[in-house]
Parts: sequence; C-alpha cells; structure tokens
Amino acid sequence: MSEPVTGITTPIRMEYRYTPGRTTSDFLKAMKGGRMEGRRCPSCRKVYFPARGGCSMCGREFAETVPIKETGTLATFAVVNVNFANRVIDLPYVTAEVVFDGADTTTMVLLRGVSPEEVRMGMRVKAHWIPKEEWDYSLANIDYVEPIDEPDAEYDSYKDLV
Amino acid sequence: MSDVLSAPHVMEFPYTRSTGPVVGAFLTGLRDQKVLAYHSSDGTVVCPPPEYDAHTVAPVEAAKLIEVASEGVVTSWSWNPAPRDGNPFDRPFAWALVKLDGADTSMLHALDAERGAIETGMRVRIRWAAERVGFINDIACFEPAGG
Ligand SMILES: [Zn+2]
Repeated sequence: MSEPVTGITTPIRMEYRYTPGRTTSDFLKAMKGGRMEGRRCPSCRKVYFPARGGCSMCGREFAETVPIKETGTLATFAVVNVNFANRVIDLPYVTAEVVFDGADTTTMVLLRGVSPEEVRMGMRVKAHWIPKEEWDYSLANIDYVEPIDEPDAEYDSYKDLV
Repeated sequence: MSDVLSAPHVMEFPYTRSTGPVVGAFLTGLRDQKVLAYHSSDGTVVCPPPEYDAHTVAPVEAAKLIEVASEGVVTSWSWNPAPRDGNPFDRPFAWALVKLDGADTSMLHALDAERGAIETGMRVRIRWAAERVGFINDIACFEPAGG
C-alpha cells in the first residue's frame, strides 16, 4: 500500500436509553393495543394526534384523552422520487400529512393504493395496520393509509394544516 | 399515571471524510511510521500540522512538512478510570498531551502506563500499530521511554 491517504472513515455511534415521557408512553401503549388516542388542549380545544403533553400554542398541559378515528383527510403530501440509503419502498412513493378524524393536527404517514399522479389534497383515506401480532409501542403500527370511497373534504376543513 | 416506557436507542453514522492534502500527508506519514509537522512562519514547529498557517493564514503545503521524532515528553495528562466502547484500551489508561522531540506543540493520544508512573515531563515514545492503514490509530498509543 503506497498511495497517499485521501480519505478516512470515522463511524460515529451513540447508544442511548430513550424514554418518551409520560404522555407519549400512554400514547404508545394505546397504539400497542390498536387504539389511536389524542389529547385535547383545555384552552384552545384543539386535539393533538400523536398525543403531546401540552399545547404548543397555549402552553397549557393536556388532561383530556380523545379517541381518534382511523379515517382522515390528506392535508398535504410529497412525492418521493429521489433515492437514499436504507430505502425500503419502491420509488416513486407518496408521503402524506393526514389529519385523522377527531384530530386537529397532521400525522406523517405513507400513502399507498393510488398512483402519485392521482393524489390530491382533501382525499379521504383510512389507516391500514400491520398484522395484530406485530403491534408494538409504535406509530409504525399504522403501515400506511389508502384512499376510501368518499367525496374529497372541503379545503376550508383542513386549510389551517397545509 | 402509568409507568413511563423506555427502550435502547442506537444512533450510528458511517461517515467517510476526505482528508485534504495536509491531513492526508500526515496520515500517510503515520502509515510509514513517520510523524510530520509544519514549520510555521513564526518559527514554531506544529504537530500535527495545521492546514493553514496560524499567522499568515497561507495554505500549508504538504510537500514542505518536516519530520519530527517518535519520542517526546508528556506536557499534560488525564487518567481515564472507566474506558468506554471505542477507547483504545478496555482497561484504565491515560490521555496525554505529548510534545514530540522537534515539535513545539503537543498532540493528544492514549498513554499506556501505570497511573503511579505517569507525571508531567516523563519521556514517552510511540508504540506503532502492527497494521497501519493511514489513520490516527496507526499510533497505537504512547508508552514510557525510560531515561
Ligand atoms: Zn391550546
């Protein structure tokens, strides 16, 4: 070996014990049981899903837990065309921001069952879960959302979330 | 209120970096068991070599690097009683600043010595790695040089 050195690899590795805190722990336990749970702000009445400990707008701590439906509205989306490391889904695919019924915030989730050219804001969608035996303390229990046969939602119903 | 969850979480980045001409020359030197340094514009010899002169800010030319000795003196040190993954040893050791003979600045590396034997001013020498690839770990560590 006599070529001059021009590059080195410097792998960096950090091992944590991660705790998500009280609210997200409760949220993830509900997900493991197949339930989608949000939290409502006592001040502005908005429902956060995924659940958060407090309202980012009002600064108030949440107390009320609210059931969230598996159906929702696609508020906005991105078509992914660019390759990247560790990709597991065929390109192109669609990443959607979905406001699930009962929630006032969006959740980023994979959209399947429709070609990228046909995706539009306001589409009605439904969560598709991974097999029950595989449910874990994870939002990834929702594998993806897919379109359902309902008229598109009015723009005004999700305009604050795009 | 229920129990709070917790789980192991590993974050890992397999960075590949280009060295640039000066660091590349320094690492190439280590592979050949040579330590290169920079004779800077104010007369001091800086080891490891910088990429720019600290006073004129001119780029350092790799071809003008000079060799310093593989022996030197400890200028400061710190005992590491609880080595972690990625440390050069799995037993307690010292981190030391070593000013190699011919250099005016110190470089940081591991020092393999008994804690009671370490003191500022002690003579040490490089223990070269058996397999050298052009990396800082080509210097396995420093060890006492006696005398
Ligand atoms: Zn609020």
